[in-house]
Amino acid sequence: MATWIFLIVLAAVVVWGISAYNRLIELKGQTLNAWKQIDVQLKRRHDLIPNLVEAVKGAMEFERETLEAVIQARNQAVKIQADASPTGGLQQLAAAEAALGGALSRLAVVVERYPDLKATGNVADLQEELTSTENRVAFARQLYNDTATTYNVKQQQFPWNLVAGMAKAQQVELWEIVDESVRDVPKVDLSFDKDE
Amino acid sequence: MSPPGNLFDQQRANRRRSLALVAAFLLFFAWIGVGGDLAFYLGTLDVPPGSYRHRVPLGGIATTLLGVGFVVVAWRRGPRQVLWASGAWELVQPSSDAERRFVNVVEEMAIASGLPRPSMWIVPDQDPNAFATGMTTDRSHVAVTEGLLSTLDRDELQAVVAHEMAHIRNDDVRLMTLLAALVGALALVADGTSRMMRSSGRRGGSRSRGGGKGNPLAVVVLVVWLVSVLLAPIVSRLLSLAVSRKRELLADATAAQFTRNPAALAAALHTIETAAAPTKSIKRGTAHLCIADPLGRRLTHTQGFLADLLATHPPMGLRVARLKAMAYQLDETGELPEAS
Repeated sequence: MATWIFLIVLAAVVVWGISAYNRLIELKGQTLNAWKQIDVQLKRRHDLIPNLVEAVKGAMEFERETLEAVIQARNQAVKIQADASPTGGLQQLAAAEAALGGALSRLAVVVERYPDLKATGNVADLQEELTSTENRVAFARQLYNDTATTYNVKQQQFPWNLVAGMAKAQQVELWEIVDESVRDVPKVDLSFDKDE
Repeated sequence: MSPPGNLFDQQRANRRRSLALVAAFLLFFAWIGVGGDLAFYLGTLDVPPGSYRHRVPLGGIATTLLGVGFVVVAWRRGPRQVLWASGAWELVQPSSDAERRFVNVVEEMAIASGLPRPSMWIVPDQDPNAFATGMTTDRSHVAVTEGLLSTLDRDELQAVVAHEMAHIRNDDVRLMTLLAALVGALALVADGTSRMMRSSGRRGGSRSRGGGKGNPLAVVVLVVWLVSVLLAPIVSRLLSLAVSRKRELLADATAAQFTRNPAALAAALHTIETAAAPTKSIKRGTAHLCIADPLGRRLTHTQGFLADLLATHPPMGLRVARLKAMAYQLDETGELPEAS
């Protein structure tokens, strides 16, 4: 009798262990997937900037500093993105992207001062693209942070933490807003996302 | 974002309701046939030997098969039919600024919700409205009217698309599309039946007089059968109204979690509501799919028993007030209340 009870309890524990393990693996997959989405959107943002700079360069010869700041921030971000992952280098990437966001906002303020430039179709298109890209980055980050938080909390909770080692679950970094001063850049229609 | 538990509960509940809906639909179709068979069987119990007695429920078999056929068609063609009925065309290559913005906004919301990008449709109608349809989250459709694209600003459009993505993520669209397709099929059958009754009643009157008194039980079954066939479309319509009202509030809350901007949805709903013209492209059968009641009925202005029973959507004032409360809380605490 006792052996039977023991066996049944053992079977229940094993079944639970398997489902808990699978759930953690699933969460890990979702987190990595959300991360990949950020990666894709950042790349989109980085690819868009040269076009934008090219489009406004001619009309804004004497705003060279602003343009150069954007290009520099962009190149820096591209470099850092290459070896960032949820378990390392995320903070640096977040900082680089925040700097890029700041530079872009300053550029947007400058563009506002050139109504002729704004009126050309190409720039208007690019502005919509830029707005959308900023939003995509923000939403990808939102999804990543939500997923990563669930993952982080779950693997620490009892009794999930018992199988966390087996599932090779690791705490992942969240994408936090790094530079408080970036928040204070004037808000313009180009980027309504105040977190950037 | 709501804890996954809530979402899974909601999806499971919706799957269960979809199944229950299909089951009820099939049972009803079986009853149309079997009820008729039963009345016929009881009516022919005491006929003299040698003349026809109804033993095999042929009618039941036929109508059940018909019901199965309707379900299969609804399942496979439902979304297409809903889109087709509204006259929508699919947006593949954006050609204007407004269309490009719409495509961008849909892609942004696909990212925020973590879902695959739905296909995009535009309804040629000047009244602002929007709906979503589809049977799976992988192959779903979001449709907006031209009026919506031209009257809303970017944030508001984003909020409306977020609301539709919320329906897709919560698995609402499958239930609502099935309902639209099956309610349509029911109305068709009930119309046909009542027409048949009228013509056969005229011819049958003399025959029953000639055949003497029938079995009283057969008469009772026949009356119950008739009443249920005639009432079915009304009951199913009320059902489809009730089903959509609850979901709208939940989708509003989920949309706020996607955009973190409940104020924009409140503004969009206000704009949609104040545009007085009814959305002509949206027919009665698909009204419950839309973000706001497309028929321009004034029921959504009021609360009360009749509005509760007949409106496809919760009162607009209630929705806007709830969204504004969320916006206030977001401003004060930086956190959104949980969707429930």
